[in-house]
Amino acid sequence: DSDNVSRKYHLELVLEDVLDKDSTVNCAAEVLYHLGNKNIAPDVQFTLEGELKDTAEADNTFYNRIKSLEKELVAENIPDSHGNVSPEMQPIHLLAWVASGYVIWQNSTENTKFHLAQIKHVKQVKRSDEYLEFDYTILLHEMVSQEIIPWQMTVLWHPQHGVQVARDSRQPKHMPE
Amino acid sequence: MKVLLVFAALVAAARGEKLFVGDQVLRITASDEEQLTLLRVLGQQKEFQVDFWRHPTSPGHPADLRVSFSSLQAVKTFLDSNSISYSIMIEDVQELLDEEKETMAKSRRTLRSISTFDFASYHTIEEIYDWMDTLVEDHPNLVSKIQIGQSYENRPLYVLQFSTGGRNRPAIWLDTGIHSREWITQATGIWTANKIAKEYGQDPSVTAILDSMDIFFEIITNPDGFAFTHSSNRLWRKTRSINAGSDCIGVDPNRNWDAGFGGSGSSSNPCSETYRGPHPHSEREVKAIVDFISGHGNVKSVISIHSYAQMLLFPYGYKTAPAPHHQELNEVAKKAVKDLAAVYGTKYTYGSISDTIYVADGTTIDWAYDNGVKYSFSFELRDTGRYGFLLPSTQIIPTATETWPALLDIMVHVLEHPY
Repeated sequence: DSDNVSRKYHLELVLEDVLDKDSTVNCAAEVLYHLGNKNIAPDVQFTLEGELKDTAEADNTFYNRIKSLEKELVAENIPDSHGNVSPEMQPIHLLAWVASGYVIWQNSTENTKFHLAQIKHVKQVKRSDEYLEFDYTILLHEMVSQEIIPWQMTVLWHPQHGVQVARDSRQPKHMPE
Repeated sequence: MKVLLVFAALVAAARGEKLFVGDQVLRITASDEEQLTLLRVLGQQKEFQVDFWRHPTSPGHPADLRVSFSSLQAVKTFLDSNSISYSIMIEDVQELLDEEKETMAKSRRTLRSISTFDFASYHTIEEIYDWMDTLVEDHPNLVSKIQIGQSYENRPLYVLQFSTGGRNRPAIWLDTGIHSREWITQATGIWTANKIAKEYGQDPSVTAILDSMDIFFEIITNPDGFAFTHSSNRLWRKTRSINAGSDCIGVDPNRNWDAGFGGSGSSSNPCSETYRGPHPHSEREVKAIVDFISGHGNVKSVISIHSYAQMLLFPYGYKTAPAPHHQELNEVAKKAVKDLAAVYGTKYTYGSISDTIYVADGTTIDWAYDNGVKYSFSFELRDTGRYGFLLPSTQIIPTATETWPALLDIMVHVLEHPY
């Protein structure tokens, strides 16, 4: 399925719940890379055989906790050097995973393999509406080049309305000391 | 005098005896020559059971006298009746000895707990170097520490040698931490080195291997980078060498070997994480290993340990053409990966570097293979991206534990297939 303009992959994969290894869902997907224009994100179509777990309770607990904070949440280095994520920061970490998934999708080509390496810094931005807003600086690890790429992303979230990456931009690599 | 006393006390204490209960030490100051003479005479009286810890020398200078409990009254009466002034310096010698014994025992307990290294945490470079010394102390007939060179910033490059004798026996080389941010590798290296030492004489495979081969294990292969991950940037990968004409520091030590050097599988840009360096073996950390292995001349296997990806790899990375021993290496990898998965279900993929992960030139194991080391393998340990380089310390022991049978499979194969 390839020509000089695009290449399509058919994938059969199994989705595994990161928080519950026994919970899996089969998935079939089609990914189309635009070879001509590398600035266009690949097209993705997918179908799930089954349903994803209902997380409403945990979502609402997290939502209410953050909404009731007096001071805006601020944190850095998640996980820390030893791989630790405190229980309070687990949802912040998971939210970053989801949001970075979008950023990764938008910046992927056939020759990239990105993972979220670390949340360098996260700051809550108080809003007057019902959404939660977080300003993240994350580090993405790109496997082929082995580069660590800082990336800023503004993430909106609501338990019923889901995740939205409102703004994101690649940051310059710090000049090493 | 005091030495004899302490020795006797220790002997007594060892036997649980209490020789000095109620004994006192008196500080006596003779005021003139006459008193001095009396004091000396006192010291010579055997029935008084006294001994000078500090002898009377001249008037006005204090002398210290230990007096046994049974003679205490008599000696004090003697001093009083002769108007010789004194004070009680030690009220009960036995009490003091008991305290000292307790303090010594406590410090021995602390020392022992330092030797009981915490394998389930990540450690600093100093802690790891200290642990290496205790490993050598604990297994003096098996393990020694050698230095093969110095890093760019002049840190020692230490290698643990496991040997039961012989001269220049066929050897297996293991390294961890060549990429400093891959902390699970140094941690696994420590656990594994300890395991090898422990299992010699216990596990039949380890014993068979070490009875005819040596193992060389470099745990902190990139000490400058490792120190930097602790002090400044946890995600630092390369060495810390200065690059002429660039603000960017460091060379990728796994692109710096003279095997397919300079191809598309590495970068010519000093700012890149896969910068190959100005020329092959430009990095001291790499050159030291090259010189060691070349100089040794009898290394039969090189196993270089990285993270993350959960893969077991063999040459080539710099070309897609299969290595001459591809089939055999593939079979070894297949078995090793199966035995690894049997521990906790951790799935590894395996194959040549270029087939399995990406094209990479100037790698350790390609160099080793092209220089006659047939059994050259590279591990990429846990995980597959969830934590990546920041693998939780709770996974150190499980990772090391599952990797062990895979390592053993390779080493046993090397032992059973001499060449």
